[in-house]
Amino acid sequence: MGKYLAIFNLGLQNTVVYRWNFLFRAVSGLIPMIGGLYLWGALFHARGGVDIEGWDFSGMVRYFLYVMLAESLVTPVEDEWQIAGDIRDGRLSSFLIRPFDYMLYRLSLFGSGRLMYTAVAILPSALLLWIYRADLRVPHDAITWWLTAGSLVLAALLQFFVSYALAMIAFWLLEISTIVFIVYSFEYFLSGRIFPLDLLPPYVRQVTEWLPFTYELYFPVAIFMERVQGPALARGLVIQLLWVVVAFGGARLLWARGVRRYQAVGG
Amino acid sequence: MTMDTARKYGATYALLFRNSLVRDMAFKANFILWIVTELLWFFGQIVFVDVMFRQTDRILDWTKWEVVLLIGTHQVISQLFQSFFYVNLANLPELVRTGKLDLMLLLPVDAQFSVSVRQFGLDNVVTGFVGAGIVAYSLHRLAVAPGIAQWMLYAFALLFGIAIHYAVMFVLATASFWIVRAQGLIYGYFNLVSLARYPEGIYRGAFRFVFLWILPVILVANVPARILVRPGESPWSGLLQLGGAAIFSLLLSRALWKFALRRYSSASS
Repeated sequence: MGKYLAIFNLGLQNTVVYRWNFLFRAVSGLIPMIGGLYLWGALFHARGGVDIEGWDFSGMVRYFLYVMLAESLVTPVEDEWQIAGDIRDGRLSSFLIRPFDYMLYRLSLFGSGRLMYTAVAILPSALLLWIYRADLRVPHDAITWWLTAGSLVLAALLQFFVSYALAMIAFWLLEISTIVFIVYSFEYFLSGRIFPLDLLPPYVRQVTEWLPFTYELYFPVAIFMERVQGPALARGLVIQLLWVVVAFGGARLLWARGVRRYQAVGG
Repeated sequence: MTMDTARKYGATYALLFRNSLVRDMAFKANFILWIVTELLWFFGQIVFVDVMFRQTDRILDWTKWEVVLLIGTHQVISQLFQSFFYVNLANLPELVRTGKLDLMLLLPVDAQFSVSVRQFGLDNVVTGFVGAGIVAYSLHRLAVAPGIAQWMLYAFALLFGIAIHYAVMFVLATASFWIVRAQGLIYGYFNLVSLARYPEGIYRGAFRFVFLWILPVILVANVPARILVRPGESPWSGLLQLGGAAIFSLLLSRALWKFALRRYSSASS
């Protein structure tokens, strides 16, 4: 544990270099979000303020603010490219002989990167939170907070393992960006970044509820906003946990096979 | 520009264009996967429009198929921009960081030209055609048949739009002369132009002012889309504003490039 804490610390120090990059990313990331809010505003105006399945404009504002915060906490930014780069450029050899597990090493760096990014992104986000402060509402129940926190951790692990497994493809292919972007496009639309997933037609939702994307971002936010409760919540957490296990298993399997191939090529 | 220089640039471009096609055809699987990726992003946006218009018939004065046409137009503009320029401009920070830009400065063609057009992406042309198909289908659903004059104005508006995309991305990439890790700036381009997909009237206040007049991305797809779907409206004020914005932002990007180059040369000597 001690050595991974040391890596975590090192990661924090290294990412300080990127603080301006992070700030720019966070600020420019607000632009499409605000644009989307204007669109929702126009939609609710067109409906004469009538809400949509329990969503009013203020709820929508809250939803997108929470999605933004959750995203900065749990979504990997450059991790898959760095891992793929390590594999492609042969840097992996120097990690294989060191006394730590490469996956845990990357996980520590992922954790420190997300922490630093959130610390920077909180500045422009705070401005938005202040502007929309009248729309903010947080759950009263302590249990909801705990469930949200737990679900966020699972979401972070799920996203990390998916990214890690994708990066493993670099053992076999030089160019992984097409495959990564295909998965991204599903994540973008099906993890709730551009609209709350309960606005999808019911027959689509029956499918998306079983897909991992829902649990990468939407689910913890839905818990926090108390849109999912009781048996549905319990069921969602179980599905989320299952996907974490599946993604972890997939990442491990690909790693084991990839390393065997990597050594075969090198030796 | 004299005839001779025009011919020289034309010949240079033809050569680069041919090389890019050869490269694309050498990696066919990758080429097809990129098309799949772009199409997924595009159809995701159409699904989003569908989700919105389940709840209302109109957003401002826009109906569902008018918004689909707007998104199709945005797709055509951004894919054409990406096929001609995107990869090259996205590589500019790397050229600056590694000093490879020196080589390009030595070439007997204008450096802005050579950094902008080195590579051409055929895959984006394909996905641009899909956008055009969606525009045509939306017109069919709207039962609107634009005349030849409207189509010509539409084409001009598309060109202006591509120019604005180019200028926005070029300015962001040029920032790499000052910021070492400028890759993050590239994301700024996608975040900015995403505003072009929505009806212009939804934006309000300071946000509207900034993205209508200072970084005029809101106009880019709205002006051409209106030319097609609102035959009764006069297109001229929109076109004039779009054209003015295009020319002004191109000049500005050129000025910034010249300024950055002066700094770059003096730093290495």
